[in-house]
Amino acid sequence: MTRFPLLQLLLPLLAAASLPAQAASGKLLLTGGVSSIDGAAGGGLTPWAVTGSYATQGEWGATAHATGVKTRDYGFSTYGALVSWNDRIELSLARQDLDTHDNLAPLGLPGLHLKQDIIGAKLRLLGDAVLDSDSWVPQVALGVEAKRTDAGALAPTLYGALGAKKSGTDVYLSATKLFLAQGILVNGTLRLTQANQNGLLGFGGAQSQGAHVQPEISVAWLLHRTLAVGAEWRAKPDNLNNGVLGAGALKEDDWFDVFAAWAPSKHVSVTAAWVDLGRIAPAVQPRRQTGAYVSVQLAF
Amino acid sequence: MRPSFLTLLLALAAGLVSVSARADDSLYRALGEKTGIQVLMQDFVKRVNTDTRTAPFFKGIKQPRLVDLLTQQVCKESGGPCVYEGDSMALVHKGLEISHSDFNAVVEVLQRSMDARSVPFAAQNALLARLAPMHRDIVTR
Repeated sequence: MTRFPLLQLLLPLLAAASLPAQAASGKLLLTGGVSSIDGAAGGGLTPWAVTGSYATQGEWGATAHATGVKTRDYGFSTYGALVSWNDRIELSLARQDLDTHDNLAPLGLPGLHLKQDIIGAKLRLLGDAVLDSDSWVPQVALGVEAKRTDAGALAPTLYGALGAKKSGTDVYLSATKLFLAQGILVNGTLRLTQANQNGLLGFGGAQSQGAHVQPEISVAWLLHRTLAVGAEWRAKPDNLNNGVLGAGALKEDDWFDVFAAWAPSKHVSVTAAWVDLGRIAPAVQPRRQTGAYVSVQLAF
Repeated sequence: MRPSFLTLLLALAAGLVSVSARADDSLYRALGEKTGIQVLMQDFVKRVNTDTRTAPFFKGIKQPRLVDLLTQQVCKESGGPCVYEGDSMALVHKGLEISHSDFNAVVEVLQRSMDARSVPFAAQNALLARLAPMHRDIVTR
C-alpha cells in the first residue's frame, strides 16, 4: 500500500461514480461483461471489447469487484473497481495477491505472497457488440494494463538471477460480437505482453526479454437474460522456462476456464468458474492448478 | 494450444453461418402468427405507455393505430406474410432525440411483454436480432 496507493485512488473514483442520482442502467443486462482478474470488463480471465458497468452513451458508470480462486495448492484473490464513460472509455484498478502457502518452502520461502497492482485503460474504437446484429463487424477496443509486482522475499532472485523486471505493460486489442439471434457471444483478444504468470512473477527473463503476442478466446452462451455460461482460453508466454533454476523449473501453461455468470439485477452479478491455471513453479509444485473461482461484482 | 477447443470454435462459427443463411417463417410461427403478434403488441403498447422511461416518447400517439403498425412490422420482420404500411423508422422517430439508453429501455419493455406472453427465450432473441439494427435510424441523440 505504501508504494502504490490503490485505495486512495479507488475511493475518489467510487465517490465520483456515485454522483449521479441513480445507477447507470442504459445497457442491457450482462452486456457490460463481468470483472476480469486484471480489473477490465470482460470475462473472468480475459478482457473484452465491452466497456464495464451499465453506462451507455452520455452516462457515467462504475463497478467494484472481489474475486477469489482456490486451486489445489495455491490461493489467489483480487479486488478492484472501474469507471466508464459514454460507452467509450473505461479506467480500472485491481490489486492481486497469490498465496503460495508452503509450496516455496524448498526455496526457503514458506508462506510467500506474490502481489501485483494493475492500472488499466480501455478505449472502444468501433462497433456495437450487441445491437449491430445484422453485421459481422464486432465491437473493437484497444486496452493497456500497467502492472507492478511485489514479489516479497523472492524479489532478489526474481529480479536478480532470473532477470525479470518489476513492472510491465500489456497492450491488447479485443473484438467482441454477440450473435444475438443465437444468444452466443464470442470474444477474441490479442495481448502484447512480457508478463510471467500474468505479472505475478515479474516481466520477461534473462533468456527472454521481448514482448510476445498471445491470443485469448472467450465464448459465452446466454441461457437466459440473467444467466450466461461459457469457456475461456488464454495463452501465456513462457519467459522463465530456461532460467537459472533449471529448464522447466518455472515453466508456465495456458489458462482455461468454464464459467457461469448470473446477474439477478443491474446492481450485482456473481460469476463461478472451474479454472485450470496449469503448472505454477513446477520445480516445487508439479501439479496442475485446477480449482474454483468465485467473483462478485457490484455496479453503480 | 488446445486443439479440441479450437475445433469447437470452428464448428460454432460454421453453425452460425448456416443458421443465419436460413430464412424461413419459424420465428413468425413461434410468435403465434398474426394473432399472437397482435396480442403481444397490444401488451407492449400498454407497457411502453406506462413505463416512466418510455412513456414520454409515446405521448399523443393513437394506440390502436400503433398496435396495427407494430403488428405489421413484427409480422414482416419475423418472416410472416405481412406488408408494413407505416413510414420509415428514421421518419417516425425524427426529432424525438432518442438516446441509446432510451432505445434499450424499449427493448427491455418488449422483453417483458414477450415474457408475459411466454415467448421462448430463443425466439425472443431471434426477434430482437431482427429489430436491433433499427437503432441506427431510431437513436438520434
